[in-house]
Amino acid sequence: MNKIEPAAPEAPPQELSPRDRQPRWRGLEAGHRACQGCGEALAARLVLEAAGPDVVVTNATGCLEVFTTPWPQSAWRVPWLHSLFENSAAIASGVEAAMKAKGQRTKVIAMGGDGGTFDIGFQALSGMLERMHNVLYVCYDNEAYMNTGIQRSGSTPHAAMTTTSPPGKERMGKRHMKKDLLSIIAAHHVPYAASTSVSFPADLRRKVRRALDIEGPTFLLVHSPCPLGWGHDASRSIEIGRLAVECGLFPVVELERGELGGVMPIREPRPVTEYLKLQNRFRHLFADDHRAREEREHLQALADHNIDKYHLRGDGADPLDTAGIDTVRRGGPLR
Amino acid sequence: MLEALEGSQAVARAVAMCRPEVVAAYPITPQTHIVENISKLVADGKLICELVSVESEFSAASVVLGSSAAGARSYTASSSQGILLMTEVLFNIAGLRLPVVLTCANRAVSAPINIWNDHQDSMAVRDAGWIQIHCVDNQEAVDTSIQAFRIAEATELPVMVCMDGFVLTHTLETIEMPDQKLVDKYLPPLNFSRKLDPRAPLSLGTLVGPEHFTEARHSHHAALMKSTAEILAADADWAALTGRSCGGLLTVEGPEDARTAIIIMGSTVCTIREAMSVYPTKRKAKLIKLRTFRPFPAAEIRAACEGCKDVVVLERAISPGAGGILGVEVKAALMGMKRQPVVHEFAVGLGGRDIPLETWPRLMDAVARDGEPSFSILDVELEKLPVEER
Repeated sequence: MNKIEPAAPEAPPQELSPRDRQPRWRGLEAGHRACQGCGEALAARLVLEAAGPDVVVTNATGCLEVFTTPWPQSAWRVPWLHSLFENSAAIASGVEAAMKAKGQRTKVIAMGGDGGTFDIGFQALSGMLERMHNVLYVCYDNEAYMNTGIQRSGSTPHAAMTTTSPPGKERMGKRHMKKDLLSIIAAHHVPYAASTSVSFPADLRRKVRRALDIEGPTFLLVHSPCPLGWGHDASRSIEIGRLAVECGLFPVVELERGELGGVMPIREPRPVTEYLKLQNRFRHLFADDHRAREEREHLQALADHNIDKYHLRGDGADPLDTAGIDTVRRGGPLR
Repeated sequence: MLEALEGSQAVARAVAMCRPEVVAAYPITPQTHIVENISKLVADGKLICELVSVESEFSAASVVLGSSAAGARSYTASSSQGILLMTEVLFNIAGLRLPVVLTCANRAVSAPINIWNDHQDSMAVRDAGWIQIHCVDNQEAVDTSIQAFRIAEATELPVMVCMDGFVLTHTLETIEMPDQKLVDKYLPPLNFSRKLDPRAPLSLGTLVGPEHFTEARHSHHAALMKSTAEILAADADWAALTGRSCGGLLTVEGPEDARTAIIIMGSTVCTIREAMSVYPTKRKAKLIKLRTFRPFPAAEIRAACEGCKDVVVLERAISPGAGGILGVEVKAALMGMKRQPVVHEFAVGLGGRDIPLETWPRLMDAVARDGEPSFSILDVELEKLPVEER
């Protein structure tokens, strides 16, 4: 005779966490091992949210690769390929060629940090752009080699302190300028190259979607604060990212076929010192000596130059300027 | 049908018959004719594939890494400096266990810069974890290129097909080109189990710490050791279809009771084979044609050298400060034999120096002269060097 099992007591309805209540699809899951306040981790999540599931991601060696895939775990819900430090663009070219050969429309997103993009992977990136592969390349720019412990890269801003550009009696941090990568990318006459910041998620999402809609190579430079490398409190990453844009040191612009398209206007430009003083990497610029003052003035001049060059000074009328872009609006036209 | 074809052209056509979906390459002498011929086949619509003309060998290897991971049959070719520029990627392709096929048109490595043939390039990436197969003539280069895809895809290991630069790549030979239908029958379309697919997402190339790295290396080594079965099967099946075998791992030619053996890889096999008939020497000798260098067939070499007093290893590359490379591996294979033969290592033909038929009697004289294990560069002309460097 069959024994009738007593019915299991009904499980009490579980309270869903705010994260689980979000209907949003996540390509990069929570639970990875990034530092608190990591700009890159948030930026990568936002890129994947905007891109959706029909993508293949290639990843250069670096923090993102390390903190998302300690075997046997992986935080990725999309197919993901990591090979080396300097070939994210080239393996993405290969994945895209395979997709083309098989008649698949799956979009390929190559990712890398500033070291893997500005410096060691620069040749592979240039080749990918020149050959017009249908790939979106996303560079998470935290302005130094963070994975190896904060060494200067071609993207490190002038005068910033890193472990290989330390300030001292003879030096005021990095001697050279930040490489103007976006202009070099634009010189390849790619259909779309843009900069954005993790601190402006609406802008970032829009640019990812726009880039993915374009057939051909596209490029996104995402300014991504690094609390450990920049020396700031982990809770202030977003604030610092906003200040970088609002002072003009990190211009948020769009370049179409090499020509300036849109820019994100700055509602109220802030002095660079407001941005610099929150970060230990610029601490030596606040010493009481003439060299420090000169470098502060130098950086302010660079920011002013960016504001002039890209016409970043807003008149307050653009609802998508630095103050308006992330304002929540419910329906209705922007103007 | 027999055709008179240049080695590179024949290999390009053989590769095209394998229906690669992605080919990426960068020009370098003496490999260039292969990629040129493939480009022409694509331009003429005779090969439908994505041909990616990259900006460096580094990217050529990276592109086929990506395309192979995405499940496409992928091919590249290079030589010398190109192979060395690829090195980091070659290790990576093997570690990711991707079935890429690469033709290495063997050439010397700079400096001094030299575009001619020896084996220094493929020897430099000996430990990358690839299967390495050497061809003695262009017929073998054609047949091995086709077998290579079959081996790579069955074992999920990359295969490097080595053919001597110029000596094979730029030489016309009468070659029996296989029929496309036959190749299709031999080589089914690739169905790669670990491909990048949004419907079944995998993370490929993750960070592996000390708690798993050893096991990954063990598994890679074991896969290479096990791949001998597939190398033999691929050759046997090809022989059954075409009547042509390339000689599995190695083949032994000549009298069984010979007390002297000579081990050779690549086109020098044909030179010495001919020299043996032109210059019959007093001592009986057998020729061991070593086809598969990785995985290294140690047991087969031991069996082939059974009963020999002297084993001559012809080196086409050297390890400066140590001596021969192939010879060291042969010696290791012969260690512990009851009657261990004396191994004589002679480097010849470095940087394309001609290897004339007279090399054979010179080798035999040298063996008779030194009874001890030795390494020397047989064809060095010391009078060309200042006295203090001789």
